[in-house]
Amino acid sequence: MEQLINMVLLTLLALITFGIIRVRNLFAVVVLTSAYSFLMASVMMVLDAVDVAMTEASVGAGISTVLALGALYLTKTEEAEPRYSPLLPAVVAGTTGAVLIFGTLDLPPFGSADTPLNTHVGADYLARNMAETDIPNVVTSVLASYRGFDTLGETTVVFTAGIGVLMLLKRWRKAERRED
Amino acid sequence: MTLFEEIAQHYNYWVTILLMVSGLYIVVAKSNMIKRLLGLSVFQTSVYLLYLSPGKILGGTPPILASEYSVYANPLPHVLILTAIVVGVATLALGLALAVRINEAFGSIEEDEIVPVIDREDHAA
Repeated sequence: MEQLINMVLLTLLALITFGIIRVRNLFAVVVLTSAYSFLMASVMMVLDAVDVAMTEASVGAGISTVLALGALYLTKTEEAEPRYSPLLPAVVAGTTGAVLIFGTLDLPPFGSADTPLNTHVGADYLARNMAETDIPNVVTSVLASYRGFDTLGETTVVFTAGIGVLMLLKRWRKAERRED
Repeated sequence: MTLFEEIAQHYNYWVTILLMVSGLYIVVAKSNMIKRLLGLSVFQTSVYLLYLSPGKILGGTPPILASEYSVYANPLPHVLILTAIVVGVATLALGLALAVRINEAFGSIEEDEIVPVIDREDHAA
């Protein structure tokens, strides 16, 4: 049953992606991307990644959509007709996909517990967590306690991006004022 | 083993790869910069799926410890992807701000229209 729900959600995700490729009205594309993010959050729920699902629903479907709509308001909402044939990119993407799918055939089956990924570091965190941190949510304790420096690095990236956006848009406002 | 089980074993990875090459196709084939940035975020979300799928254990629960449960999903990919989502939205914001600036300077966000203008300016200079 778990697997069936997972597969249905993933199929919907794939269908929405075709919509994102084909639709030329950018407003519609942004709305489709938002629906895509919510579906992705549902898939993450099924994959037992509840913290990630919450973040994806708020950040991916919320903040990203607002940012993209803001950018559309300041630019244009219609995509131009393509000038070049999409054949070469399609062949490159198709070949890459075929090689990658060939690679997946050796991977362990979905949902198995005895893979190297699930028996080393992750299992170690689960085993040590209660004695060392006393936080029942292991994702929280790994994020803030065991891998706190990762989170510090992430904050630095967000801070730098924020400064970058402010600098770019401030220049843009000054140029507008000169025109008045 | 039935055909359904055979497919279900690798279905997550196949959809991941489909999303990945779709993102790649959008980034390469489309000339509109906002569409490209959205394609880049499709590519990014496919990587989230690639990390989270192998961490799932069938019959397990989310990694929140309780005495009634003993099988949990692997918490490490969740932590890495939490970081990746936030970094992803930061880079998307920066990219969109650049697109707005480019539209201000060239009056277009289509690369096919902007590159000839830049070439002409280079020749004039």
